[in-house]
Amino acid sequence: YTFMTGSCRLPRGDLLYLEGQFKAIREKAAAAMPGTDWSPVELRRDLPPDRADIVVVGGGVIGWSVAYWLKKKERVRDGVRVLVVEKDPTYSEASTVLSAGGIRQQFSLKENIQLSLASVDFMRNINEHLWVLNEDPIDLQFNHSGYLFLASESVAHIMEENYVTQREHGAKVTLLSPAQLKERFPWLNTDGVVLASYGLENEGWFDPWSLLNAFRRKAMSMGVFHCHGEVTGFTCTTSSRETEDGDVLRIKRIKYIDVKMPDSREYQPVECAIVINAAGVNSGKIADMIGIGSGSEHSMAGFSLPVEPRKRYVYVVHCPDGPGLESPFLIDYSGVYFRREGLGGNYITGNSPEETEEPDISDLKVDHEFFQEKVWPHLSHRVPAFESLKVTGAWAGFYDYNTFDQNAIIGLHPRISNMFLATGFSGHGLQHSPAVGCAVAELVLDGGFRTIDLSAFDFKRILQQEPILERNIV
Amino acid sequence: MNQRFYDVEVFWRWSRWLKSRRVQRKNAYFGFTQKKFGVNIAAAYYVLHLGGSFRFTDQSEWVHANSRGKFSYNFLNTPDSTIEEVDLSRTLINHNGLDNIVSQKTLRSLSVQGCPNVDDWFLARLHVFGESLQELDVSHCPRITVGGLVALQHLRKLRRLDVSSLVGVSSPSLVRILLEEMLPLCEVTGAEYDQGFVQHDSMGQLKEDTWLETRSFPVCIYPAGSEPRLAPSHSGEFLFLQAA
Repeated sequence: YTFMTGSCRLPRGDLLYLEGQFKAIREKAAAAMPGTDWSPVELRRDLPPDRADIVVVGGGVIGWSVAYWLKKKERVRDGVRVLVVEKDPTYSEASTVLSAGGIRQQFSLKENIQLSLASVDFMRNINEHLWVLNEDPIDLQFNHSGYLFLASESVAHIMEENYVTQREHGAKVTLLSPAQLKERFPWLNTDGVVLASYGLENEGWFDPWSLLNAFRRKAMSMGVFHCHGEVTGFTCTTSSRETEDGDVLRIKRIKYIDVKMPDSREYQPVECAIVINAAGVNSGKIADMIGIGSGSEHSMAGFSLPVEPRKRYVYVVHCPDGPGLESPFLIDYSGVYFRREGLGGNYITGNSPEETEEPDISDLKVDHEFFQEKVWPHLSHRVPAFESLKVTGAWAGFYDYNTFDQNAIIGLHPRISNMFLATGFSGHGLQHSPAVGCAVAELVLDGGFRTIDLSAFDFKRILQQEPILERNIV
Repeated sequence: MNQRFYDVEVFWRWSRWLKSRRVQRKNAYFGFTQKKFGVNIAAAYYVLHLGGSFRFTDQSEWVHANSRGKFSYNFLNTPDSTIEEVDLSRTLINHNGLDNIVSQKTLRSLSVQGCPNVDDWFLARLHVFGESLQELDVSHCPRITVGGLVALQHLRKLRRLDVSSLVGVSSPSLVRILLEEMLPLCEVTGAEYDQGFVQHDSMGQLKEDTWLETRSFPVCIYPAGSEPRLAPSHSGEFLFLQAA
């Protein structure tokens, strides 16, 4: 309180100053009450907040899509506080950025077809959804080329049935005979091919990194909290429920989620109401941290999340005489696939390994022998121009492989009352990400699916041991 | 300015939203017109509503609005005539607007020159005209990229394609070669073979008087210390750049 020297006017000015001081004291006292973010001890700045309404474990394209849709659907500003926890901000081993980036509607399950169509609708209008003020418009570099599946004699009937389902749900697909194939794609060897299914519209490939960044930028502009840290533990409460048969089941409820800072032993227990497990290849580990699947309490064994990483190789090859601009994303009945990359005669190719010969998942090293033995013979048989190609590069990425039936697991876990699962996509996560984000947000905020009914992907099919398998030709 | 004043930001968002609403309204689905008058009349009315012009299969005159925006409703008298040629240059059409035109299976020529909302998704929807479309003009559309041009492979009857001045395509001459390979019977105009190429001599220096055709005017690069020489075939505005 300073006196103004030599002035005796405005005694009220001094009183106003005092009132301003009292107001500041009152506001500070209100902020110091529990329930706000203020704390008297200045800790590390990049710790996550003490409490969050919804914590999304995993910052891949699914995690950020869910975060965006949660913020989009909240009715009140700052209605939900969403925190996304990502272990590796360089995304060096994330499935999202290592993906080939294709999107197709040629599935046999109607839920997958609907998810793909909804996602492609989202991407068509992506600038209306994800545009942020003062930033560049989003360019997904979408190549509208279509997928071409080739079927042999034994699997042609599956392709025909799938064609009917796909047409019924609005996918623009057409069937081609070997003669039409030869006329359309003269570089293709139609030996052994009886039928082909070609996507006319809404299929192709795009840049996964742009989509991830678009979601992330928009979600952060809407107020999603972001934390660079690793989830190392949970604090849960347990309650008991009795089933119809009289068994007593212990249901857990997550109270705190421990987020550990990188290269440090510091961790922050974040108090949360809902956890969304979108951790991709590490979802199984996250679920195990809660204690399910350990087989100790009252037959928990059947409840573990059957998601594990599977390594897949992608090889970049250069062939100047290869197929031109019209080359689709071709998938042969032997499992080999290839697609064009850029305009310089480069292609991306690969193959799915047999179940018994799954490569080692401890690192992302590429096995070039696999190309020589499993990819090149089939590739050069199908496209003779590829006999003279040169491998210019390769990388490996993980699928979050659902060992039960290779389809997504979306929904609440039966033994954890507040953990939602959005994982197990087995290679289709990127193409379904916008629609899955919307579905999970509806599940969390509206209590049920509103746009696409994904109840077929619920966890209970694993408990009842009723797999829903994609009937594809590969 | 909008980074410093919230009011300016609000105005900017608002004007952007109004523009996108206008585009949406221009591309709305004319369902009522289709139900009442049939798909052909609805397509004709839609083209006139956007400000374009069309020609019916059995007539030889083009129907379009005059400078005051008025057009005659004579097309109501011929509900069975399908449209053969459509000129939608410099209109607000986008991929949604195609809903009104996909019914015209006899469409032979389409021009969307200079349309700001025609993008790759629009080109991807053109596959429905695969059996009939012979001429396509997509020049001066800023949002088209190579990813959309590959979708033109479904148009097997295409004979003339104009891809001049596509800002989104970074190497027009290479794309022209690839398009000619993809559609062997089609004549691709608008991208010269040497467009976008800068020629170097053996020393790696820019050749004397290298001509580069840019989108707006030719550029003449001449070595330092000499005078630029104009070739007799070139006239009009030039940009002179002195190579250091």
